[in-house]
Amino acid sequence: MIYLDHSATTPVDPRVVEAMLPFWIEVYGNPSSIYGLGRRAATALEDARARVARILNCLPAEVVFTSCGTESDNLAIRGTALAQAGRGRRHIITTPIEHHAVIHTVTDLVEHYGFEVTYAPVDHQGLVDPQAVSAAIRPDTALISVIYANNEVGTVEPIAEIGAIAHERGIPLHTDAVQAGAYLHLDVETLQVDLLALSAHKFHGPKGVGLLYVRRRTPLQPIQTGGSQERGRRAGTENIPYIVGLACALELAQQDREAESARLAALRQRLVEGLLQRIPDMELTGHASRRMPGHASFIVGGVEAEGMLIGLDLAGIAASSGSACASGAATPSHVLTAMGYGQQEALGALRLTLGRESTAAGVDTVVETLPRIVQRLRGDQ
Amino acid sequence: MSGGVDSSVAAALLVEQGYEVIGVMMRLWAEIGPGTGSSNKCCSLEAVNDARSVAERLNIPFYLINVEQPFKTQVVDFFIQEHAAGRTPNPCLTCNRHIRFGYLLDYARGLGASYLATGHYARVRRDRSGRYQLWRGADPAKDQSYVLHVMGQAELAQALFPAGDYTKPQVRALAAERGLPTASRAESQDLCFIADGDYRRFLHDWAPEISNPGPILDRQGRQLGTHRGLPSYTVGQRSGLGIAAPRPLYVLEMDRVRNALVVGPVEELGSDRLRTGPVNWVSGEAPAGPIRVGVQIRYHTPPAVAIITPLPDGGAEVQFADPLRSAMPGQGAVFYDGDLCLGGGVITETNAVL
Repeated sequence: MIYLDHSATTPVDPRVVEAMLPFWIEVYGNPSSIYGLGRRAATALEDARARVARILNCLPAEVVFTSCGTESDNLAIRGTALAQAGRGRRHIITTPIEHHAVIHTVTDLVEHYGFEVTYAPVDHQGLVDPQAVSAAIRPDTALISVIYANNEVGTVEPIAEIGAIAHERGIPLHTDAVQAGAYLHLDVETLQVDLLALSAHKFHGPKGVGLLYVRRRTPLQPIQTGGSQERGRRAGTENIPYIVGLACALELAQQDREAESARLAALRQRLVEGLLQRIPDMELTGHASRRMPGHASFIVGGVEAEGMLIGLDLAGIAASSGSACASGAATPSHVLTAMGYGQQEALGALRLTLGRESTAAGVDTVVETLPRIVQRLRGDQ
Repeated sequence: MSGGVDSSVAAALLVEQGYEVIGVMMRLWAEIGPGTGSSNKCCSLEAVNDARSVAERLNIPFYLINVEQPFKTQVVDFFIQEHAAGRTPNPCLTCNRHIRFGYLLDYARGLGASYLATGHYARVRRDRSGRYQLWRGADPAKDQSYVLHVMGQAELAQALFPAGDYTKPQVRALAAERGLPTASRAESQDLCFIADGDYRRFLHDWAPEISNPGPILDRQGRQLGTHRGLPSYTVGQRSGLGIAAPRPLYVLEMDRVRNALVVGPVEELGSDRLRTGPVNWVSGEAPAGPIRVGVQIRYHTPPAVAIITPLPDGGAEVQFADPLRSAMPGQGAVFYDGDLCLGGGVITETNAVL
């Protein structure tokens, strides 16, 4: 099987599995407990936190562990919005190409909590203009949320520039960095963000754990209440094995980041060139250079994604169209629509995301196979 | 695949016969049911999960294929239009012709498949000259050749009906032996796209303009009462007319032009002759002249003896030996030579025996 859907999820690194093992049966204590077993768990928890903080260039106290990227986005957006509403700030700036975890959360705040939203537009490559964000700022703006790297088209947004603007105006900036975890730097000082969401299963960690970076002094209301874990920001007994797994996976991914990004960029170029040469009426979507290294997304004319994906699956190749979460529906991607693609075109969207196990041989097989599939779907045998 | 016993066994048999089998389910259009979200019974979340797990068990791929738009346009909208024209369509016929053995068959070919198989109870054979034939399934109580009469030579050449060689109890046994579900998903659902199955309510909601009250008339044109909208009635219906009369009255006809319901006593009910629209002849050729056949004017109704005469416009005239009570314009009249299905057409007109 040739796996080309790393943006959807990744296999857990065996070293991560190894790192998680002691915490199922041996070190199973609840970190809040007084006794030795609990203390050992608490130590592992804080050790994981410190390791993550080093990578993010932040303080351990600024790291909140959650169950996934979606929860992190929810906490960031709802938590900030509700904290700011108390000061009369009920306006949110975001983009039309956010992940649904951001969009639906913002929509919910608009529909049920009296918030207003302004969407800063994106260009045909999916790039946000920091000036457009700046122009949208109002006295009552509570939060700006811009995705770091878009999941559907791979475009990397100018977070640092937007961060500088937000910082100057005293408005918290949140970024959904879920796709960026394995490939881009996560230095929150360079990025100038106040909130940053990550999800372990995108960088060879387990599904079911994520984190939210929360800059000190950022007002945040918890959305899950109960005990006082995570400094009162996220109640619930800490998922020690998974948190340890996340920290281990993040370290491994970030330590190899530059070499791996270079390797993937080269493979991606081989893939894109090979396909564009062999398949007429097919174009790359997203930014040509400001994009994640292993990410290749296309519009294929005259075919629908479903047929391509099934054909690829039958040939042993795993791929997707737009986001994994949106599959099963025949509605065109909101990201492509916001970038100016037509409804019909957008239905031919194909996303191929390379990763750790991707090889030149695998790429060559895809370059051989996809043209035949497209040809057959187009009816030219 | 539907998740039910018939298609599950069909898939299993094909795997055992050495075919490379790919399981698919069509996501069809459905109106949103109250409180349940979109609820086409054939592709509800439960049905999808059931079908997927059967596919997993058989170790074959499974895909949910989105056919909402073509289904809405060609089956649902057609259903509404037919009712608006005063006819009573059978949407399963439209679906088999245009969607299942139309769109889906083309889709399957586009993926490189040679055949489309279903769990239908019917059999395909070839005659001595190599022409494809459609036969009733081995189980007369379950035979579904009626809904497949819309298939022609090209479609039959690419169709497989593994369950058709068995009786239902045998199919259940085959399922049980293989650890597959033994319950039906009621695959041959009428009106799968209507949330509560109530087509009268559906038409009131989706085409209110065709559901206006109008006069109830007898054959002489005298008004006997008021009806509550033609879609609420079916030809041959006796009760529910709301008219006090010395003898029971039956619905004879729906007059769309006058928006009138025409009723009469039992001796006025019944056609001994009807006409169809263009006939699909399974063999690909109409007979040269009149032939004597068995005609089914509805699904799961015993065939009635008739002489059918092909007409120049492609339709057929059907003359019954005995009058039938409930031939309805819009339904399929399907012709049989014993167990061999010859084809059929949509009933366009009936006469009443006067």
